[in-house]
Amino acid sequence: MGNKLFISCDEATTICTKNQYKEASFFELIKLNIHLLRCKICGLYSKQNGKLTEMCNKHLQKAECENKLSNDDKEALKEKLKEFNM
Amino acid sequence: MSEIKQHTLEPNKWVDAHSDYLFNYTITRVDSEELAKDIVQETFFSGLKAMKNFRGQAAERTWLISILKRKIIDHYRKINSTRGKAEVKVNFYEEGDKKGSWLEERVPQSWGNDAEKNIENTELKGTLDDCIQNLPEKYRTVFLLKNVQQYETNEICNELGITASNLWVIIHRARHQLRKCMEDNWFAK
Repeated sequence: MGNKLFISCDEATTICTKNQYKEASFFELIKLNIHLLRCKICGLYSKQNGKLTEMCNKHLQKAECENKLSNDDKEALKEKLKEFNM
Repeated sequence: MSEIKQHTLEPNKWVDAHSDYLFNYTITRVDSEELAKDIVQETFFSGLKAMKNFRGQAAERTWLISILKRKIIDHYRKINSTRGKAEVKVNFYEEGDKKGSWLEERVPQSWGNDAEKNIENTELKGTLDDCIQNLPEKYRTVFLLKNVQQYETNEICNELGITASNLWVIIHRARHQLRKCMEDNWFAK
């Protein structure tokens, strides 16, 4: 990503995206914040990108441990494993 | 010096001890129950085949989960690309003086403060799912691996044979597309 302090909107939004996964480096965050001081469009984008992350966290991840296999399924599975292991 | 615990495998107890956990792990990551069952079964088969390679360093379940994760990635790789053939749109000028700046027609619009459009709204899930389905295959796969499955960046890169910077370009574009899609189909409606 180069060492220049002033970056394009394309680069700024890429860093913003990395940051959604907490994977942007410290220097990248500095460059992003300098860019955001000057660029209102990327400011709006960052806000909306954060909302997108919230949406995904809320709606895409289902709660753990709510789905179980039926006993029939388990018996069938045991049979298949036995056969396989012979 | 603490003694390192050696773990052992007990395949006869696998179904009772781990099948619910593996099934639940899988069903939250693929679309159908049948498919999840098949993947769990495949995982046990591969586990049996690979038993002699088990070095006892990880707990049995951790070891099975690592096999399961591979199976899920394999599935994502295999899905044929009948869905989501939409092209990825460019968001920034690609050359000239304005290289890297927003294209006018791709500039984000305000989403307003309409309470009904709130992200708490359960109907939003439908729109979000549709938008994700409309992503091109490769983008959808990487996006889902990263977001829903929460794979590590290097895990995805190794499995799909891409570099970290490829991965970020893909996720960057996928999120631009998703943002735009949500703007058009949810917030602007």
